[in-house]
Amino acid sequence: MSTLGFREAFEALVPDAAAPAWLGDLRREAFQHFEAAGFPTRRQEAWRYTNVSAIAETTFELGSDAGEDASVTRAVNGAAFGETAATLVFVDGRFAPDLSRTLPEVATSLSVSWAGGSTGRPGPLGELVDPKLHPFAALNTAFLCDAARIEVPQNVTLEKPIHLIFVATPGARRVHHPRILVGARASSRATVVADFVSASPEVSFCNAVTEIEVGPGANLDFVLCQRETSPTFHVSNLAARVDRDARLATHTLCLGGNLVRNDLQVRLVAEGAECRMNGLYLGTDRERIDNYTEVCHEAPHGTSAELYKGILAGSSHGVFRGRVIVAPDAQKTDARQQNPNLLLGAGAEVNSRPQLEIRADDVKCSHGSTVGRLDEEAIFYLRSRGVGTEHARTMLGQAFAAEIVDAVPDQGLRDALLALITARLWTTGEAS
Amino acid sequence: MTTPLLELRDVHANAGETPILKGVNLTLHAGEVHALMGPNGSGKSTLASVLCGRPSFSVTSGEILFEGKDLLALQPEIRAREGIFMAFQYPVEIPGVPNNHFLRTALNAIRRHQGQPEVDAFDFLALCREKMAQVEMPEDLMKRSINEGFSGGEKKRNEVLQMLLLEPKLAVLDETDSGLDIDALRCVAEGVNSLRSPERGMLVITHYQRLLDSIIPDVVHVLSDGRIVRSGDRSLALELEEKGYGWLEEAAGAAPA
Amino acid sequence: MSESDATIERLTREEYRYGFVTDIEQDTVPPGLSEEVVRLISAKKKEPEWLLEWRLKAYARFCELLADEADPTWAMVDYPKINYQDIIYYSAPKSIKELGSLDEVDPELLSTYKKLGISLEEQKRISGVKVAVDAVFDSVSVATTYKDELEKQGILFCSFSEAVHKYPDLVKRYLGSVVPYSDNFFACLNSAVFTDGSFAYIPKGVRCPMELSTYFRINAAGTGQFERTLIVAEEGAYVSYLEGCTAPMRDENQLHAAVVELVALDDAEIKYSTVQNWYPGDKDGKGGIYNFVTKRGACRGKRSKISWTQVETGSAITWKYPSCLLLGEGSIGEFYSVALTNNYQQADTGTKMIHIGKNTRSTIISKGIAAGHGQQSYRGLVRMGPKAHGARNYSQCDSLLLGDRCGAHTFPYLEVKNDSATVEHEATTSKIGEDQLFYCRQRGLSEEDAISMIVNGFCKEVLRELPMEFAVEAQNLLGISLEGSVG
Repeated sequence: MSTLGFREAFEALVPDAAAPAWLGDLRREAFQHFEAAGFPTRRQEAWRYTNVSAIAETTFELGSDAGEDASVTRAVNGAAFGETAATLVFVDGRFAPDLSRTLPEVATSLSVSWAGGSTGRPGPLGELVDPKLHPFAALNTAFLCDAARIEVPQNVTLEKPIHLIFVATPGARRVHHPRILVGARASSRATVVADFVSASPEVSFCNAVTEIEVGPGANLDFVLCQRETSPTFHVSNLAARVDRDARLATHTLCLGGNLVRNDLQVRLVAEGAECRMNGLYLGTDRERIDNYTEVCHEAPHGTSAELYKGILAGSSHGVFRGRVIVAPDAQKTDARQQNPNLLLGAGAEVNSRPQLEIRADDVKCSHGSTVGRLDEEAIFYLRSRGVGTEHARTMLGQAFAAEIVDAVPDQGLRDALLALITARLWTTGEAS
Repeated sequence: MTTPLLELRDVHANAGETPILKGVNLTLHAGEVHALMGPNGSGKSTLASVLCGRPSFSVTSGEILFEGKDLLALQPEIRAREGIFMAFQYPVEIPGVPNNHFLRTALNAIRRHQGQPEVDAFDFLALCREKMAQVEMPEDLMKRSINEGFSGGEKKRNEVLQMLLLEPKLAVLDETDSGLDIDALRCVAEGVNSLRSPERGMLVITHYQRLLDSIIPDVVHVLSDGRIVRSGDRSLALELEEKGYGWLEEAAGAAPA
Repeated sequence: MSESDATIERLTREEYRYGFVTDIEQDTVPPGLSEEVVRLISAKKKEPEWLLEWRLKAYARFCELLADEADPTWAMVDYPKINYQDIIYYSAPKSIKELGSLDEVDPELLSTYKKLGISLEEQKRISGVKVAVDAVFDSVSVATTYKDELEKQGILFCSFSEAVHKYPDLVKRYLGSVVPYSDNFFACLNSAVFTDGSFAYIPKGVRCPMELSTYFRINAAGTGQFERTLIVAEEGAYVSYLEGCTAPMRDENQLHAAVVELVALDDAEIKYSTVQNWYPGDKDGKGGIYNFVTKRGACRGKRSKISWTQVETGSAITWKYPSCLLLGEGSIGEFYSVALTNNYQQADTGTKMIHIGKNTRSTIISKGIAAGHGQQSYRGLVRMGPKAHGARNYSQCDSLLLGDRCGAHTFPYLEVKNDSATVEHEATTSKIGEDQLFYCRQRGLSEEDAISMIVNGFCKEVLRELPMEFAVEAQNLLGISLEGSVG
């Protein structure tokens, strides 16, 4: 598998005029890592169940962000879900000011900062995701030309969520490399929604990287909403660092994409840090969705609770690998992990691999994993009350997903997600 | 005068790092039943924990004598073998260890310590049946793991059963009445009363007066903020029932330090 | 360090009780692995040509794997690379002649087994239970008891070498049919150089009237033990088989790479129990056995059942995944395991349940106990194939930590390709509860007794799967590390 296709594009990429000098070095170094590592193969343990050769064998093109595009506008408007503190739209990885509403100093883009003369390297950029370990993250950095930048100041509470929308311009084999930087300073509170949508029915590749710092006592909800409708390859790397007594809740919703791979790594670096990781993956047809999560308890009295639910219809294939690592000093850790899966299609497949690695002795850790199908008794019960089979299946599927959706912090978004889930379940019900 | 069964002299104790008991004095003679009452957080459970040597509770000053011997120098299991029994407020579950096996091991450890012959499986079974009937406990609970899946009432009956089997010199009942229905409460009280004898002492810790209707104490102590602020006879408990604990704050202020 | 940690530390420092060496003249080939050695072993066993060929194929494959450095590295164990040229591949007591009657067994060997608590005399043991024993000493079987009595019912139980000569058709039909010679690195090595082992065949409809067992003893220095066990249960047959192992205390590590193959046909049941007590190394992690074993059973018949029960307390390193291939409709696989790692022991153990047939069922109960600097990993695969309609699996993996320098890890792999299959996995890790300890002590139990009682309670679901005699031995073994007997 070749990385060649990307070299040409890398050399052709014209940097933003106002971009600072350090960006060039960062990008070059990252590209070297990417070329050295190449695309991962199934011989690597982390990629055992997911074959990315389809990505490697396709020559993708970087969109040119050529002004207004009606379908992009339509996709962006379609993603709206209610009142927000700010809405930032990135088209082909670059900030689109005309479609966006920033919250100065809090929610803006790197390019806007550069234009304003602030050219220092922002906090977590490149610090949390290691390009040597993650070739796709290296690729993202190699093509870095802009990023969403959220800075929630100390003691500030944002009542409304910050909405980030990422979309590629229509065109054959489009690729974009969204980058998100979040810093929630001490005792702040905020919700950030990163939304990935499609503007055209053509094949595309979205390669996102998110870096999050949660300061002491801060409380952050981060929603990763993958709802592309086109045949999409979606790779996402999210890494977070959670400080003393802080809380991070991630909500990963995989509701579209032919090949989706999410890596999520959370480090609880100081006492009393807490993280919740919720996830829902809903696959249909021949979709493949691979979620890898890792939570590393590095300090005492940390709490982590993880719930990833999978619904796999048609001939879709879901993979969950969840690692919980408890370092020797992380006494009194309380870590829980659950991965229930529902198989709805005769050709559907799931691989679940929870892992506990525990090196401290005074801890409470548990994980559970189940694979099953809808309760026939429950379907029968609903049918006996006059509900049609398809409807009954959809209802029960919704009920299974509800726990994850209910935890999403915005009502408007919850409604949108539920409608999307229902629509997808309904189609799968009819198909089978 | 005879040596008291239990004597606390100006006991100060911490739960972890936090000082809870701030100078407790108490003398209990064989044959007596003392009730220890007081509001939440007054130190009742700390006192029980200190008596049986629970780790993470430490006596910072003062003395505790059991039959005139220094109790604080003894490991928890030696205290148990010397004859101190605690009925726990929250009995733990121990999966996989059958109740009967556990109890026979405990009984024989105590008997060995006291120079008595061990009880074999048959005699133990007979003894068990007799005591179980007394607390109205279904027999299958003996074969199940210690407290695992027991209801609240069953756990407390199990505590009383253990007390009847082990026949301690001093029984400490730590809020054994909390969370019990009338039936279970009666059972517990009957069990306790059947053990009353001139050579045995009891310290009944409770938040409510109702238990003391059936277990009639010789002495009632009121604990507040780590000190015994009043002692009296049974009527004190009735007075507390009527007035609540509100008046204690003034009393605490007036109590000798 | 808390008080209970101190007790745990004291308890977990008990010495290994089977560490003596038998002084006996041995017939030993020089160390080293080559085609000549493979041919030599085969010649010493007077093996037929087909078996030598099979060994040579395995040897050729092993050489390829070795050149590719294909020894498995995915397990969570850490040890220096093994030099396969340093190992002695054949060592046998000189007094062994032809396999004859028990009266001819060297008294020195009899007394060795006696010291290990194994009776090679055909009389009822004190408990009144008869157990047929095949005693394997380094590279050879030295005695098999009750052979004649079993043969009356058509049950064949003998050393592997004897079976090759007496029942070549059966051996040829089943050898390598469950674990092919090329299966994995260590199985491949074993297939090239295996020296002996046990063979059992239970004919149609026969319920084996006594426990069959093999007792493995490594004695000679510098040798590896490579034995092979093959058990076949015909339609409706039942057998319970036990396996025990010990070795002397030595400062260098010794390799034990065994292969076990089980075949169960329609309605047959095989119960396979292991109490593994190879020398674990000293308290500083010096010496001990590398126990790299491939065990697999094929439930070929409808409603057949294979049940693995293991108590793993020995070995410096354990790498072992007794597995079930559930082919027959309605067949059942079970895996019950207690693994205890203490001092510097490492264990990466678990199972594979491969559901192929309809309505197949499997149960996994794994209990890991880590003490000292011990590292403990459960690794288990549950695979539901596309045709495994209605298949079910339940797995439970619990880890108990004793002390603050040990580690417990859980790596389940669930792969489900059938939408009517049900898989449930649960795992917990906890420290031995201070509250539980205190409760026991308040009732007069010593801390040692309390810990021992809680640990045995923790393992109970597994221990009760063992045949009575072994259950007692297992409890005692757990006790050796965690104080003597219980109760």
